[in-house]
Amino acid sequence: MANGRTIAIGIGTEASAASRRAGSLKKLARRRSTTALLLCAPLIVLIVGLKLYPTFYAIFLSMLDRKMEHFVGLDNFAFLLTRPSFQLVIFQSCLFAITAVVMKAVIGFIVAHLMHNIRGRNQRIWRGLLLVPWVIPLALSTLTWWWLFDPSYSALNWTLNWLGFESIPFLGTTWNARIAVIAVNVWFGAPFFMIMYLAALKSVPEQLYEAAAIDGATAWQKLRFITLPMMRNIILITMLYSLIVTFADFDIVRILTNGGPQDSTHLFATYAFNVGIESGNIPRGASVSLFMFPVLATLAFFVLRDVLKRSREVST
Amino acid sequence: MAQVTLRKVVKKYDEVLAVRGIDLDIVDKEFIVLVGPSGCGKSTTLRMIAGLEEISDGDIAIGGDVVNDVPPKDRDIAMVFQNYALYPHMNVYENMSFGLKLKRTPKDEIERRVKQAAQILDITELLDRKPKQLSGGQRQRVAMGRAIVRDPKVFLFDEPLSNLDAKLRVQMRTEIKKVHQKVRTTTVYVTHDQVEAMTLADRVVVMNAGLIEQVGSPNDLYHSPATKFVAGFIGSPAMNFIACRVEQAAGALRLRLSDTLSFPVPADRTARYTPHVGKPNLLLGLRPEHIIETRPHIEPNQHDFEILIDVVEPMGMETLVYFTIEGTEVCGRVNPNAGATAEKPMKLRADLSNMHLIDDSTGKVL
Amino acid sequence: MTTTMATSEATPRKAKVGSLERQRRWALGGSYAALSVFVVIFLVPPFYMIMTSLKSSAEISAQQGSPWVVQNPTLDNFIYLATNAQFQRYFLNSVWVTGLVVILSMTIAILAAFSLSRMGFKGSQVISTGVFLTYLVPPSLLFIPLFQIVGALGLINNTWVLVLLFPTLAVPFCTWLMIGYFSSIPKELDEAALIDGANYLQILLKVFIPVAMPGIIAATIFAFTVGWGAFLYPLAYLYSADQAVLTVGIVRELIRGDVFAWGTIMAACVMAAAPPILIYTFLMDYYVAGLTAGATKG
Repeated sequence: MANGRTIAIGIGTEASAASRRAGSLKKLARRRSTTALLLCAPLIVLIVGLKLYPTFYAIFLSMLDRKMEHFVGLDNFAFLLTRPSFQLVIFQSCLFAITAVVMKAVIGFIVAHLMHNIRGRNQRIWRGLLLVPWVIPLALSTLTWWWLFDPSYSALNWTLNWLGFESIPFLGTTWNARIAVIAVNVWFGAPFFMIMYLAALKSVPEQLYEAAAIDGATAWQKLRFITLPMMRNIILITMLYSLIVTFADFDIVRILTNGGPQDSTHLFATYAFNVGIESGNIPRGASVSLFMFPVLATLAFFVLRDVLKRSREVST
Repeated sequence: MAQVTLRKVVKKYDEVLAVRGIDLDIVDKEFIVLVGPSGCGKSTTLRMIAGLEEISDGDIAIGGDVVNDVPPKDRDIAMVFQNYALYPHMNVYENMSFGLKLKRTPKDEIERRVKQAAQILDITELLDRKPKQLSGGQRQRVAMGRAIVRDPKVFLFDEPLSNLDAKLRVQMRTEIKKVHQKVRTTTVYVTHDQVEAMTLADRVVVMNAGLIEQVGSPNDLYHSPATKFVAGFIGSPAMNFIACRVEQAAGALRLRLSDTLSFPVPADRTARYTPHVGKPNLLLGLRPEHIIETRPHIEPNQHDFEILIDVVEPMGMETLVYFTIEGTEVCGRVNPNAGATAEKPMKLRADLSNMHLIDDSTGKVL
Repeated sequence: MTTTMATSEATPRKAKVGSLERQRRWALGGSYAALSVFVVIFLVPPFYMIMTSLKSSAEISAQQGSPWVVQNPTLDNFIYLATNAQFQRYFLNSVWVTGLVVILSMTIAILAAFSLSRMGFKGSQVISTGVFLTYLVPPSLLFIPLFQIVGALGLINNTWVLVLLFPTLAVPFCTWLMIGYFSSIPKELDEAALIDGANYLQILLKVFIPVAMPGIIAATIFAFTVGWGAFLYPLAYLYSADQAVLTVGIVRELIRGDVFAWGTIMAACVMAAAPPILIYTFLMDYYVAGLTAGATKG
């Protein structure tokens, strides 16, 4: 930096000192980035050690035989695909995730709009009440649902009988159980959609609606041409994110049905748990989990693309 | 001793030159204003003096010591930011004393200095308040107070008034000047507002495209700009630039603006302008206040001309008139009572004793 | 109403105003009505949880009258749990595990976020992106390989395994949240601190952390919620009762007992759900802020 550079009179006496210190600038910058890296180190160790490494280790495990002695390539995956019970898992996982997310989005959207009509302090109170399902640890609220669905003591059935209807075996038949696990997931997740959509609604400038009102837009047109386009991003990203979480869900099915009746409600996660941990077939359990990977990776790609795009917009 | 010296200072951002080698000597106790359009490198220069940007090449010295590699905290400077950068979680007293506390200044000394600075700035009653509870002007004062208490060698101001409304800006401008008169610390002040520059500075540094165009006292810059850029940048409304030619006729020089309009060159400038006879790309630079109405009671003059006025803008104490010469819009400043009317001809006088002849190809004032 | 009618006949313009007002009131009333339905549905399980927790086993098994109301409210279930060594153990385990996880996660997240958002080094952009990406990797994808890994570390059926693993659930989101909060602090603030003579540690401790306090509270709440409520990892790696935390303890151990233990089970759920609910009640705005971070930007 200081090479062969003449220094003007007035500060000439400092010339030698300056060139002596010339290297210290770079050293300073280097020390700064060393510090920065050091501060990041715990994060990097955590993520590499307990997220990245296990992901690759899962791939390795999935290619071993049951005793984990021999390499069997993709046999575990091929075997799983031929099993009817696993085919049911694929079907149920997709049904569960897609139905639940769509219903959460619709309910969240409706509730957010209702809530947006209420202003001020009251909104806080209602919002507070509606968010409660999201706040209770899922395992515990699912336990309560199980109790509500109990074959002989169901409070829901008591209410149905009281209203003059027949009792329903909520978890007793395939489709009832499928609907029940979806319902519990919707109950738990809809408040999250509601809160996201409410935040998005609040960020739409009021003037747009006023301008539309002056242009003669009906309520439907305001929704169609202002609200939806303005919220499009949030609607999509929330659904994508929720698809990932719902697709990989474990707690609800594990507690409510544990896969039953006849393995008809298993999701990838609960099936992997049964196969891998409870039956002790680690490689096959790993294979079951890994079936989620392509779907999750695709969804994550779209989420990430949106997040990066948005952070770029914010920074420019 | 707190002069600031810049020698061939260069700032590169990934091959983009933001500052392209500037030299500047700032004298002790001087109030220097760096002014220029956005992106001219003035803020970058200030931040290099502060040590917030590393310099790519050259030297910066404060009080005789080269500080190229010295971190900001050891440069003995204080800076006032555009958005004030007050710590939102500290009250005014804590904001002002934070730097001293980090330097482990004794408590009573801190208190003495903060009280004194608060007195200078008239913010003694605000010491317990949080920045959120202050108005824009008060925040500005606190930001200045934070600089004053540290009793630094140099004050640096980075567009400190641009977040204030017009009225407050004028008021704070005076305030800053008063404070400087009281504490007499070498000050480098960056602004894009030429009025601010003119009113505050002992010397103004006009920057453009990473280079210094001219350094001089406000009056110097106003009356003898070195370049077309400075001539156009300083003064409001801006100087008129009209394409012209210098002609020699019967031993005298004439300045021709159009086929029908020409003026004799003032006698004292004849020698200076003779080498430019017949040259292309010349511009006449003339400020609006040097295009005035003719006054019937004063004798007619060779610099009178009659022209069709396009637009009239009454300003109260004066009236601006706009007209066109060869497609160029020209502005003049006339007396409100001179009877200027839009779309009517008017007799005007060009005061060429204050003219500038500019070579448009080099941008230099000749 | 009659007065508005009267004026509306007199001046047609006023009538319009009145009808707009009326329309608005109808919309508001409709919103309240519809919201009430949703609130009732949403609050059925917690309501029933509390009701059951106040019933004795005898009352539950008798099945007399509506199950939605308590005939003879009793705190026996709560008293039983509070004095039950097993339950105390779950609760204590949950408390210290969650406490450590919160401290650990927040320390990692704040340091990393400060470095990534302010100090910028080669590859910091990649790391930020990577952090967000790992946030999207669910625990159900990793629990089997992790079973092998924690087995190799000798941590199976040891509560400490949760201190090791729960940060992987909390840290990515907390870091991401803190990067957002730190980035919103104007650059001039750290420059001012730099000129004031602060070093990086001082800038972090004396400027960034106090200024970003709302973000830190939001992230802390998130880390707490994750640590307190997680179910899969403790279920997979802890099998003996003395190592269990609340979620698995209640789901696995209490159910094994008496068939009519539902009063006790629900009481346990109420007690286990109380800490997050309390935090939520008092810090709702931070809770919501953490939840919706980024939702308003686009």
